[in-house]
Amino acid sequence: MGELDLAQLWSPIRLTIELALITTVLLLLVGTPVAWWLARSKACWKEAVATVVAMPLVLPPTVLGFYLLLLLGPYGPGGWIAGLYGARTLAFTFTGLVIGSVLYSMPFVVQPIRNAFEAFGDRPLEVAATLRASPWDAFWSVAVPLARPGFLTGAILGFAHTIGEFGVILMIGGNIPGQTKVLSVAIYDFVETQHWTEAHILAGGMVIFSFGVILATMMLGRRYGQQGR
Amino acid sequence: MTAGNSEISTAFAGTLGSFSLDVAFKMPMRGITALFGPSGCGKTTMLRCMAGLQHLPGHFIVGDEVWQDSAKGLFVRTHQRPLGYVFQEASLFQHLSVRQNLLYGARRAGDAPASGPIDFDGIVELLGIGYLLERSPVALSGGERQRVAVGRALLARPRILLMDEPLAALDRMTKDEILPYFERLHENLAVPIVYVSHDIGEVARLADTMVLLDKGRVIASGPLMTLQTDPSLPLVAAPDAAVMLEGRVTHVDEDFALTHFSVSGGTLIVPGRQGAPGTERRLRIAASDVSFTLTAATDTTILNCLPARIVSLDGASSEAQINIIAALGADGSGARIAARITRKSQTALALAPGTPVFAQVKSVALMR
Repeated sequence: MGELDLAQLWSPIRLTIELALITTVLLLLVGTPVAWWLARSKACWKEAVATVVAMPLVLPPTVLGFYLLLLLGPYGPGGWIAGLYGARTLAFTFTGLVIGSVLYSMPFVVQPIRNAFEAFGDRPLEVAATLRASPWDAFWSVAVPLARPGFLTGAILGFAHTIGEFGVILMIGGNIPGQTKVLSVAIYDFVETQHWTEAHILAGGMVIFSFGVILATMMLGRRYGQQGR
Repeated sequence: MTAGNSEISTAFAGTLGSFSLDVAFKMPMRGITALFGPSGCGKTTMLRCMAGLQHLPGHFIVGDEVWQDSAKGLFVRTHQRPLGYVFQEASLFQHLSVRQNLLYGARRAGDAPASGPIDFDGIVELLGIGYLLERSPVALSGGERQRVAVGRALLARPRILLMDEPLAALDRMTKDEILPYFERLHENLAVPIVYVSHDIGEVARLADTMVLLDKGRVIASGPLMTLQTDPSLPLVAAPDAAVMLEGRVTHVDEDFALTHFSVSGGTLIVPGRQGAPGTERRLRIAASDVSFTLTAATDTTILNCLPARIVSLDGASSEAQINIIAALGADGSGARIAARITRKSQTALALAPGTPVFAQVKSVALMR
C-alpha cells in the first residue's frame, strides 16, 4: 500500500469509457439493421439468427473469449486483417477489445430495439406509405422516432454492459495498462495486489454507476409507458 | 378528361390463406362508392389491394392512371400512388402533433395537382379540427382522431380517397357527430371516395354508388337508388330494409311547420322547416313504414299518400310477410320504394304487379 496514484486509477476509467462509447456507437450502427430485419423479416430462419445474437447471454464469457482469441489471434482472420497494416494480431489490442465487446454486448442492444420495432407493428409504416413516404423515408420519419425508447434502453444497456465486462476482456485483452487494462480488470488487479483503497474507489464507483443506469432505464421505461397508450 | 377515362376500374383475383377473392367492377370517378357486405366478405382486402398494401393479381386503374396491371407486370408501390387512406383505427403518428400529422403527407405530396380546393386552412375548417392542431394525438377522442386522419389523407392531395370502415371503432354518438363532416367532404371536394362499410345506415346516408359483396365476390354494383329496390338482392329482404330518395324542397308550409319535398313521381311532406325551396336532401323511407290502399284515403292521419303502381312481389321474407316494390306516380314512372306487408293484406287487396295503389308513408327521415 503506497500513496494513492491517481493516474493509475484514471487510466482504466478513461479506457473503459472510451471502449464503451465506441462499442455503443458501433452497436447502434450494426444492431439497428439487425434488429429491423429480425422485427420485420418473415424468413423462417430468422429466429436462428436471433438465437446466435442472443448466445452471449448464456455462454460463459470464457467460452466466447476463447473463440475470439482464436479468431483474432495471429492464425485467425483477425491476424490476417492485422497483417494488412503490419501488425501480427488483433488479440491483446484495443481494436480486439472493441470487436469482442460488440459481439458480447450485441443482445443487450438488439433485443430492446427489436422489441420496439415490433411493438408498433405494420400499421404506422403502412400509413406512411399511403402518405407518399418511401420505405427509407418512413424508417427515419416514423420507425426510428417511434422506437426511441428502445434505442435509449439499448444504448444504455450496451454501454453499461460493456463497462462491466470482465471475462472476455481478460481472455482476449489481457492486462496491458493504457491499452487493454479496463476497469473490471484493474479492480481484479488491485485486489490481487492488495491495493484495497484503489479497489474500493473503483468498485464503489461501479456500484453507484450501476444504480444510476438501472434507475435511469426504469424511469425512461415508465415515462414512455405512460406516454404510449 | 375524356369520358373514356373517368372511371375507376378494379379487378382482383387470388387467394389469401383460405380466403379467395375474385372481383371485377367499375366505379365512377366522383361521389362516394360504398363497398358493402358482411364482415369477412373481402371488403378490406380489396381496399388494401387498391392501395397496393396487398398484392393480388388483377388491375386497378384510376381515370388515366394505371396503378396495377398484372397482365403487363405493372405494380406501382403504395408510396408512389397519389391516394389517401383512412384506416379503421385512426393510426395517427403518436410522436407528432396533430399539425405535424396533417402536414406529413402534404409535405411529401409537394406540388401534386389537387382534385378541388385542398389547402391546409380549408381542410382544417371543413373538418373542424382547428382547436386540436397543437395537441398530441394521444389526447384526442376517437371522433377527433378520425377527423384528423381524414384531413391528413386529404392534404396529401389524393386522386382517390380510400376509407376502411372509418366509423366502425366509434360509438353511436361519435358516429353521429362525425357523419356530417363526411357529408361536407362529399359536397365540397371532388375527390372520389371508396368507402368500406358493413353498416347499411352509413351506406344509405353517404353512398351514391354501391358495390355489394359476399364471400369475396361482387353480387351487384351500381347506383344506390337502383340496387336498394332490386328484388333479387338481399337489401330488400333485410329486416331494416329502407329506400333513399333524393328530394328537393318545393315549399314550406309555415302554418303547420311542414316542408314539402318533390321526389321523382310525387311529393313527400316532412315535419319541421327543413330548408329553403331548392334545398336538396336525401330522404329515407323504411319498408315497414309503407302501407297500401286501393283508394285514396282521406280519413287518415297519415300525410303522405301517393299514387303508385306495384312493380313486384316477393314472398321470401317470411311465412307471414312479403316484400313489395312499388313505383311512385299514377303511371308508375317515378322512384321506387319498398314496402313490407302481410301476405293476408296482399291477398285481401289482390295486389299484383301493375296494380294501381296509393302508398301511405308513415314517416320520412332526413338523411343528409
